[in-house]
Amino acid sequence: MRPVATTRSATGMPTARLAVWWLIASEVVIFGGLLASYIMHRLAHDAWSVQAAYTNTWIGAFNTLVLLTSSLTAVLGHKAADEGDGERAAKMLGFTMLGGVTFLVVKAFEWTIEIQHGFTITSNTFWSFYYSAAGLHALHVLAGVVVMGIVAASARKNEELHRVELIGLYWHFVDIVWIFLFPLLYIAK
Amino acid sequence: MAESAHATHGDHHEQSFFIKYLWSTDHKIIGMQYLFTGMFMALIGGFFAYAFRMQLAFPGLDIPGWGTMTPPNYNALVTNHGTIMIFWVAMPVLIAAFGNFLIPLMIGCDDMVFPRLNRLSYQVFLLSTLVLLASFFVPGGAFGGAWTAYPPLSAQATYNLTPWGAPLWLLAVALEFAAFLMGGINFITTTMNSRAPGMKMHDIPMVVWMIVLASIIFMLSVGPLFAGAIMLFFDQVLGTGFFDPARGGDPVLWQHMFWFFGHPEVYVVLLPAMGIVIDIITVFARKKFFAYKVVLYTTFAAGVASFTVWAHHQFIAGIDPRMAHIFTVTTLMISVPIAVIVFCSIATLYGGSIRFTTPMLWALAFIFEFLLGGVTGIYLGAAGADIYFHDSYFVLAHFHYTFFPIAIIGTFAAVTYWFPKMFGRHMNETLGKIHFWGTVIPFNLIFIPLFILGLAGQHRRIYNFSMYPDLAKPEFQDLRVLATVSLIVMLAFQFVFLFNFFASMIKGRKAEKNPYDANTLEWTTESPPPHGNWKELPSVYRGPYEYSVPGRADDFWPQNEPS
Amino acid sequence: MSEEHTHHPNYVKIWAILVVLLVISVTGPMIGIKWVTLFTAFGIAIVKAYMVVVNFMHIGATRRFVPYLVVTCLLFMFLFFAGVAPDVMKADGENWSKPSWLEAQAQAALEGDHPH
Repeated sequence: MRPVATTRSATGMPTARLAVWWLIASEVVIFGGLLASYIMHRLAHDAWSVQAAYTNTWIGAFNTLVLLTSSLTAVLGHKAADEGDGERAAKMLGFTMLGGVTFLVVKAFEWTIEIQHGFTITSNTFWSFYYSAAGLHALHVLAGVVVMGIVAASARKNEELHRVELIGLYWHFVDIVWIFLFPLLYIAK
Repeated sequence: MAESAHATHGDHHEQSFFIKYLWSTDHKIIGMQYLFTGMFMALIGGFFAYAFRMQLAFPGLDIPGWGTMTPPNYNALVTNHGTIMIFWVAMPVLIAAFGNFLIPLMIGCDDMVFPRLNRLSYQVFLLSTLVLLASFFVPGGAFGGAWTAYPPLSAQATYNLTPWGAPLWLLAVALEFAAFLMGGINFITTTMNSRAPGMKMHDIPMVVWMIVLASIIFMLSVGPLFAGAIMLFFDQVLGTGFFDPARGGDPVLWQHMFWFFGHPEVYVVLLPAMGIVIDIITVFARKKFFAYKVVLYTTFAAGVASFTVWAHHQFIAGIDPRMAHIFTVTTLMISVPIAVIVFCSIATLYGGSIRFTTPMLWALAFIFEFLLGGVTGIYLGAAGADIYFHDSYFVLAHFHYTFFPIAIIGTFAAVTYWFPKMFGRHMNETLGKIHFWGTVIPFNLIFIPLFILGLAGQHRRIYNFSMYPDLAKPEFQDLRVLATVSLIVMLAFQFVFLFNFFASMIKGRKAEKNPYDANTLEWTTESPPPHGNWKELPSVYRGPYEYSVPGRADDFWPQNEPS
Repeated sequence: MSEEHTHHPNYVKIWAILVVLLVISVTGPMIGIKWVTLFTAFGIAIVKAYMVVVNFMHIGATRRFVPYLVVTCLLFMFLFFAGVAPDVMKADGENWSKPSWLEAQAQAALEGDHPH
């Protein structure tokens, strides 16, 4: 039995979607604080460009492509859910999860290579920011993949289809964070 | 409690104690969980204050109940007194306990919109409490680098000598933030979406508005500190150099991250207390709240302005002097909206027929004491004066003159006022008044001496003043003893409250639905409200403060009564 | 329950534009002019983020306060940056002496390892 409270909508917006937007707002300031700190340090330390030169733009670009594509499949899943096609929505979420896992695997190899070359989290404050920012983002990807699995499992049975849109919103947000991390950590050298 | 629950919801089967009180998704139970956890932590925080005040008044004495106070003990107690009182007392009681209990009842719905998220929020909070308490029992002891945790002291175990205590402290604070983010999303979405039919923006009781605005301010300000906590944790545990200038970091960055959150945090706890006071004052003055819309929009403005004042905590941290000018101006400006809110509360009293019940006394004491705190803040907001006052007992006394009214007086106002609704019984008024005077008078006797000591140049963070000839003068020491004795008297009077609280819960006079003739929706259901709150959820026809409306027989007009 | 059914544009087309933008942002630095790099990196990141927010997250179809909320968050972050950067970025002067920074920068200049 669900409380009546969960069924009301005084703003005219479904409560769950409202809550996801508030969640995103709270995440914007977390990543915002971290990236703002990074940017001011980066601007102050020209010397860091020596370190930044060692990041691999091609791996970063590939991961950007993976996340952009996974965002596409997430939104296609939302469309399928709106049309009531739970099976297709689950399939699209499956592709998105695949994208997330690919992203994490690529990241794991990338970090392994960098650490083997001696660029650890303590070797320089640039690398500290690099691992902290990308690591926090990777945790969000991981969390998104897990939750998406739960949503896809119920969507396959045509249950709770509105959740497909919600996990998609979160996923697009994670994608946007990477869209900014990519130039900050890889392109600006 | 059980009978009424069964009468209203026949489909509810018998729940075990565990399910009902510890695994419940009912907002009222979760509110109680927060309330009792907060009260427990308040006792710990109060005990800490007793222990380190004893050391200051009688240095070197074997403190009854504690033993010998070593310098690391002293640092750990001061640090955790601050941390506990703000993050584990003020926030869980004022926002989480009363937010959970009041929001669904006051906006006329049966629960929060995310009941399970609500339960998770309390569980994470409980975990954070346990982590904090555990930090006292690890090698090296609890963290002692002040509740602001400035690096490099907090960042490197070679300086703070608490290799376990410091990371655990940080972890506990971060977990607590996560719990309040979950709770905050719940409060905001519940109030936005689940209001009773007919309840428009200006029909929402002030206390609900204030809790929601506090949640929003918390959510938008805590982000950088959350990121900073991760960075500081890495500094402590992995050995990164985010806050180490020798390695390209900057310790002032932490100060900015902390106060970018820390100053809005003052308003996060102030606003709910203000809302509680406003609701109590209108009921016991039997008068419409003076200028509802003005106060509401002023509060919005104060909330935005609270993000622009943070660096006034850092005037001597070596910040850019041009920024210090800007922050002086914004700080002095923010006293205007706060003054508007306080004066509108006072204006509500004018021409009312005032009933001096215990909650009303607390509410009036809040306004009086908070004004003193606010006025002394003006000196500290101006960079020129603050450079001299900084880190003195003047700052400490000012701070306590704002936070004691908020966290303690505001809480007692709320507890005594909503006690009949929470537990279905009345508290004893005589004991309540004894407790009131026994708390408020010693409170002033604690902190007025500290104002004087601060003006005389007494520095904070000193373990033993007898080492400093200038500060060890007998007239100063007498003031310290006065403050400590007053503290002990005040703490002793809290047992009157605890007795009154628990005895009334069991044997108090039974409370009717609406003992105060109040308008807001929580008084239209049983005391205590059954599971589901109402047999039939109410609709709303007017604002919450329609008292003494001309031409009506009753001097109150409940929100749910069709005209 | 829902306000209205979300309008679904042609997502594949938007994705294709995003990929083209990605290619530009990667190839931009190859020209080797600093301001072109900054523009292709951050200008395009903002455009990409805007396209995702508008087309994938349907921010235009939600209630108006949602975009206001997000913009408010961003404004507070700019405020944070504006208040903090003057302190963090100051590496010299009487009260801001950070010798290790200056040393590191001098070192980097000596090594001539400066891509710009």
